[in-house]
Amino acid sequence: MKRSEDIDRTFEPEIRNVDLTGQGQEVPTGRQHNTELSVVTWIFVLLFMLLIGRVAYILVAESDRLKSNINNTKADSNSENVIRGDIITSEGTLLATTLLDEYGNQTRSYPFDNVFSHVVGYATNGKSGLEAEENYELLSSHSSLLKQIQAGEKGEKIQGDRIVVTLNAKLQQAAYYALGSYRGAVVVMEPDSGRILAMVSKPDFNPNTIGSEWETLSADTSQSPLLNRATQGLYPPGSTFKMVTTLAYLRDHPADYQQFSWNCQGALSQDDVTITCYNNEMHGQEDLAAAFASSCNTAFAQIGLETDNGDLRKTAEDFLFNKSLPTSMPSSQSVFKLKKDSSAAEQMTTAIGQGETLVSPLHMALITSTIANGGVMMRPYYVDRIETSDGTVVRKQDPEIYRKVMTPEEASVLTEYMTGTVTRGTAAALSGNGYTVAGKTGSAEYETGGTTGTHSWFCGFAETGEPHIAIAVIAEDGGTGSSTAVPIAKQVLDTFFYG
Amino acid sequence: MNLANLTGTVSKAAQYLIIVLMVIYTVQSYTVFAQRNRTDREQIFLRQNVSMFVIHFLAYLIMYLNTAKFELILFYGAQVLYLMFTLLLYRNLYPRASRSLIKNMCMLLSVGFIMITRLSYDQSVKQFEIAAAGTAIALLIPLIVRKLLVLTKMTWGYVFVGIGLLALVMIAANVTNGARLAIYIAGFSFQASEFVKIIFVFAVAGLLSTEHSFRRVVIATVLAAAHVLILVVSTDLGSALIFFVTYLVMLFVATRNPFLTMIGILAFCVAAIAAYFLFAHIRIRVQIWRDPFADYAGSGYQICQSLFAIAAGGWFGTGLYNGSPGAIPYVAQDFMFSAILEEMGGVFGICLILVCMAVFIMFVNIAMKLSNRFYRLAALGIGTTYATQVFLTIGGGTKLIPMTGVTLPLVSYGGSSLLSTITMFAIVQGLYMLRGDEVKQKNAAQIRPETERTPQEVYSDRRMERDEAQRRY
Repeated sequence: MKRSEDIDRTFEPEIRNVDLTGQGQEVPTGRQHNTELSVVTWIFVLLFMLLIGRVAYILVAESDRLKSNINNTKADSNSENVIRGDIITSEGTLLATTLLDEYGNQTRSYPFDNVFSHVVGYATNGKSGLEAEENYELLSSHSSLLKQIQAGEKGEKIQGDRIVVTLNAKLQQAAYYALGSYRGAVVVMEPDSGRILAMVSKPDFNPNTIGSEWETLSADTSQSPLLNRATQGLYPPGSTFKMVTTLAYLRDHPADYQQFSWNCQGALSQDDVTITCYNNEMHGQEDLAAAFASSCNTAFAQIGLETDNGDLRKTAEDFLFNKSLPTSMPSSQSVFKLKKDSSAAEQMTTAIGQGETLVSPLHMALITSTIANGGVMMRPYYVDRIETSDGTVVRKQDPEIYRKVMTPEEASVLTEYMTGTVTRGTAAALSGNGYTVAGKTGSAEYETGGTTGTHSWFCGFAETGEPHIAIAVIAEDGGTGSSTAVPIAKQVLDTFFYG
Repeated sequence: MNLANLTGTVSKAAQYLIIVLMVIYTVQSYTVFAQRNRTDREQIFLRQNVSMFVIHFLAYLIMYLNTAKFELILFYGAQVLYLMFTLLLYRNLYPRASRSLIKNMCMLLSVGFIMITRLSYDQSVKQFEIAAAGTAIALLIPLIVRKLLVLTKMTWGYVFVGIGLLALVMIAANVTNGARLAIYIAGFSFQASEFVKIIFVFAVAGLLSTEHSFRRVVIATVLAAAHVLILVVSTDLGSALIFFVTYLVMLFVATRNPFLTMIGILAFCVAAIAAYFLFAHIRIRVQIWRDPFADYAGSGYQICQSLFAIAAGGWFGTGLYNGSPGAIPYVAQDFMFSAILEEMGGVFGICLILVCMAVFIMFVNIAMKLSNRFYRLAALGIGTTYATQVFLTIGGGTKLIPMTGVTLPLVSYGGSSLLSTITMFAIVQGLYMLRGDEVKQKNAAQIRPETERTPQEVYSDRRMERDEAQRRY
């Protein structure tokens, strides 16, 4: 073939000689020879579809979380056009608002000062609490287009959306003042909906003056006043964990748990470890209900020895130990470490809520709520709805069932035992107030850096027949549950029932 | 209504109109595949041209309204001239070139011009100059590809130049952003791997088109592995992956042996795990991918900002100048897609992915129709390179896969990437026109009077002629 033939046909040779024969390069074209190319095409088309799917997934499923991520400052540029919205309770009490002076300068104001400090949070020097979680919503406006245009014409900023929370100002104040000067937390929730009614953490801070006090507050690592202990504090549960141990025992002995019998001698030893009852008290002969009511450590240590470790672990994990809580609030995972081959000592200490187990106050309130709600765990939430400044609802949160943790029968046995705690046991101060309470106290011993002490716990709900309210209280270094946490809970419950 | 308000309203309207036009454009870049009738195809191309120019106009209108910079008007004019010249020149010099490929190339370039101008006017001017010069030079490439059969016979030349350049960069390069990517020649930074990509495709095509005995496959694999290894050592992971995938795909198509490909994938897995434990920078990338927020202020910052940008844009975008894509470090190079999503929206972004996919399908389509093995493999290799790069950059920016830091071809800022992609498009155009030559030559050799042929032959010949007549898109 002469190649010179084409040289003068620069751009459009009619026929050009292609090497069809040389070196056996030719492959006959045809469908069967393009199979590999089709395979390659389809693989890459699939990859492109994966990209599209990923983009769609971010926009549909991850967008809200990304927009309200604490590090996301994109919405902050909205503040040039939007006045940060209010945070109010569903009764209409104002918790956070933006004040404008005559020059249009904005100041964030919190009418209750320290009372809502952690749950509402702050919006200067970074953000926390609801101010962080709902930052994007507070800085967005879903007002009508007409209103937005009107505001734009006048050169005014538009009012951002309003966050309506489930918190109850009265209960929050009662819990805040009841906890007094103790470090610790109080969480109050509605068992059948998961609505958080109050959430207090101490030590606290004043969000109105956080700007000037930032240096001291953030540097204080021994007290950590900025940490929301209610959701992120982790404490040994002490005897409140006996609710979980009891359920595991019920599940292991569905037919004969009522035959449980124990003669408490004030102490129980196994493998060089001795478990004692509080004040070395001897409870004598008792059944399961009595052991629960008197919070008998030796009886529960014995139950720990009798119960299979795997079963106890499974029950604990059913209650979401070692798992994230089903909520949008930043919360710590509770810890449960007992394993199949753990020693007898670990079995005994874990069963009575000591050992390596750790739990957050919110989690304890959630466990109590689940028992109150017949074994059905509701998702805890505190944002009831988001609405525009003139009250049009943008988004509403309805109660959601998270999962069924136990049968109604199991829940009612636990309720019965917890009622015993109040009528004849460690929380007797809660009886005879005109409402019925079921609960469990805890005196959680701890040892950190050489210092030892006892945290005071109470978890419970009222009324026993028709639970309206569940509460978890922890007072750090408060001593026994009966001495400190129970009176705190009483004040909150009194406020709930009598105002 | 005051002026500021009017500006806002016009910008908003233009923003949504851009999205509608982009959707129309994208749908048409697929319907054209199905359209056999030539005049109908012309219609589609015309409508696509209109969509592209209107999108380009609206975007510059928004940018002008927001900045009131006079130089934007001049710059816009220059770009319109450039796009028109490119379309017209190809049409007149190469009437048999693939129209849909040129159109998509212009579309991707114009989206890039818009977004880079939004991010930095100076960078955009630089990008535009390189695009214009590159396109002018690339006009010669289809001619060279068609004329020089010797291109198919320089296999060892490609191998030595490719490996040589990569090694040179590895040894002499400046360290930029953790990866040794560029060498400077006369003030221009020159990213060798971008060009070696093309040379590599030619080398592999040369090695595997003539024979695929066991010995030949081993030689080819060793040489390909040398390329990939140099790139891994240079910490240019994105390019290493592109080279690797390209080789694997070409090997599969050349040998038609899925078993070999499986071994290749297996070897990749072993190598990836080994690399994970050997190189700290790979471990960091995987760490960032699993949880970018764990080290938000440090290594995770870039990808977190990219995700924030995508979320902020939503489906319809914040509108040009209403977002803050500049918050992403190296946005114009590595995170162009996220910037586009923030200000022009998810719908626009998904259309952009689909346009890239249409380009890839066109590349493979052309490979399918070529009968010369070398050209066939070359077209496929270029297509694979392109698609892999798109997947890596968009997948990385959306945290689908770990970040590898490669550009979005034709859209991202970067001269080397732009030049090499324009070259790749031009080469495929050359190959596309070769196909036309092949068919004609075949027909000329085969056609005998109808009376001498069997009815089946007559039927198949006529069918072939008809197909050829319809193939010019």
